[in-house]
Amino acid sequence: MKKIEVSGKKPTRHGFGEGLVELGDKHDNVVVLGGDITGSVMTSYFKEKYPDRFFSIGIAEANATTIATGMALSGKIPFFSSYSAFAAFRNTDQLRISVCYNNANVKIGGGHSGITVGPDGATHQALEELSLLRAMPNMTLIVPCDFSETKKATIAVGEMYGPAYIRFGRSAVPMITNDDSPFEIGKANVLNEGDDIALVACGLLVYPALQAAEQLEKNHGIKARVINNHTIKPIDVETITKAAAECGCIVTAEEHQVYGGLGAAVAETVVKNAPVPMEFVGIKDTFGSSGEPEELQEIFGLNWQGIYASALKALDRKKPGNIAV
Amino acid sequence: METKFTFSDLLFENKRRKPQEFAEIAKELRRDIIKSLAMAKSGHTGGPLGLSDIFSVLFFGDVLRYKADDPKWDKRDKFVLSGGHLCPVLYSCLARAGYFPIEELSTLRKYGTRLQGHPGLDTELPGIETAAGSLGQGISIAAGMAMTHKLLDKTDQRVFSLTGDGELQEGSVWETAMSAAQYKLDNLCWIVDDNDCQIDGRVKDVMNIKPLDKKFEAFGFNVIECDGHDIDDIINAFDKFIANHESGSGKPTVIIAKTFMGRGVSFMEDLHTWHGNPPSFEQAEKALEELK
Ligand SMILES: Cc1ncc(C[n+]2csc(CCOP(=O)(O)OP(=O)(O)O)c2C)c(N)n1
Repeated sequence: MKKIEVSGKKPTRHGFGEGLVELGDKHDNVVVLGGDITGSVMTSYFKEKYPDRFFSIGIAEANATTIATGMALSGKIPFFSSYSAFAAFRNTDQLRISVCYNNANVKIGGGHSGITVGPDGATHQALEELSLLRAMPNMTLIVPCDFSETKKATIAVGEMYGPAYIRFGRSAVPMITNDDSPFEIGKANVLNEGDDIALVACGLLVYPALQAAEQLEKNHGIKARVINNHTIKPIDVETITKAAAECGCIVTAEEHQVYGGLGAAVAETVVKNAPVPMEFVGIKDTFGSSGEPEELQEIFGLNWQGIYASALKALDRKKPGNIAV
Repeated sequence: METKFTFSDLLFENKRRKPQEFAEIAKELRRDIIKSLAMAKSGHTGGPLGLSDIFSVLFFGDVLRYKADDPKWDKRDKFVLSGGHLCPVLYSCLARAGYFPIEELSTLRKYGTRLQGHPGLDTELPGIETAAGSLGQGISIAAGMAMTHKLLDKTDQRVFSLTGDGELQEGSVWETAMSAAQYKLDNLCWIVDDNDCQIDGRVKDVMNIKPLDKKFEAFGFNVIECDGHDIDDIINAFDKFIANHESGSGKPTVIIAKTFMGRGVSFMEDLHTWHGNPPSFEQAEKALEELK
């Protein structure tokens, strides 16, 4: 496989902040609502440039979500952002009925998501939003893999109609895409070709999936197809089905519970269209814990080693006669 | 630079004291906060420092009734920290009351610790009554406990709970206020940390919550205002709550405590920027110099 090109590290939340400003430049009906932590989720950039289109709502996520709905139903494109722990959970009813049932054009930025928020601990490590929000009709769900993709995703959700949730993180992650990389909502990107196994990842785990592919080739001559599945909903049925049919086994990887997130979305597609053995890298029905981001990634197996180990298991199960293991 | 501090081994009894003794205890709590946060390299410094005077009276002034060697004592008063991020001051009080070894304060926020970044029941730290971290939920849990003690089990246990002022922006907090009045929870003592600071700046600029006294009065509370850094005033406020409970007034109490974020460390005082940052090693040394 070709060498993975990394151009430094940057937090995805900065991509969200910059994307909002660019959207604001292009569309004067884009407005932003703040939930007190604007400097953490980087809506502060927009606040600075467009103070008249920024509204501080305070620590009141439910209220912010329904205020956003009112604005959306009056022709604006409101973005509300807070930590995922509160921007998907404190306002779940509001998201279901006011936003999704109304099919209101409300966008949510879920920041500081996953275990990599680190020392804050379990209360702040949102690991369930994808399961929750994927079950809501009309919702678009995006988990970009790096700074540049988050910026593009932010602009793309602003320019599509309907409810959308973008999930991003706190810590700096390797930049593996750039301005020229393709990004289209609902279209997964194949980052590395291969037909022994497919590694389907989103967010923070896309880069480790590439690293795992590198190791699989180096150590075993295995050619892994690496898919950056940034859109969790609507899932890219064509790319996933093709990967299952051509590779014969799949590993999914996400910084999220394995119940209901990316792995589940991929499994539903695979089971219906081209059943093959699958392994799931993610959080296995436990809460998080205080710790340093990389330390926690290692403990929970959310790194290339975790993906690599799961890949070997999936490959073993793919062997004729082993399918039921 | 490796950040290493040692903690004194002072344990404090829970008894009536002279004001000066509380001031010394509060200073010890502040030193603990500075040291544990500097070692954690992340966390919330300003709020806990501002609460140290109130906590010194609450935990070590015969206000909260507890037995550190019997954390589940069935007659204990409860303390529910609603603003979970403020836990460093609670951890310090619990350690100095004897709930767990004081050295454990050096493990704050590290992997495997019982002193999580926000409290949880999963790590079984003695003295913790509930998880907290999503603002606004603790006060409602406190009301549920107060209802249980007063209406179901009919014990004289009291429930103390602390919210920030920014935290009062959560609408559910006011649902709790309604319930507390409806069910006449005179055994509930709600402390508001009125420091006029939250992450984005002044509370009145982010989303105004004032006037608090009139709001709580309208909700049917026994409203007590106090200077959260004046020991006599704090003692007096808790005495008023206890008298209110013992008289069976049927009114829940709120103590609106005027405090300053970062109190005790000159370069942190009244600065919202110290809401969620730890001191560097150098800043910690400077702060400890001031807290001698
Ligand atoms: C429901 C919820 N929303 C947002 C947050 C993030 N957050 C943590 S502390 C804080 C500010 C709290 O302000 P205040 O209650 O005044 O506490 P202080 O700044 O005085 O420590 C925020 C917004 C949270 N923990 N919970």
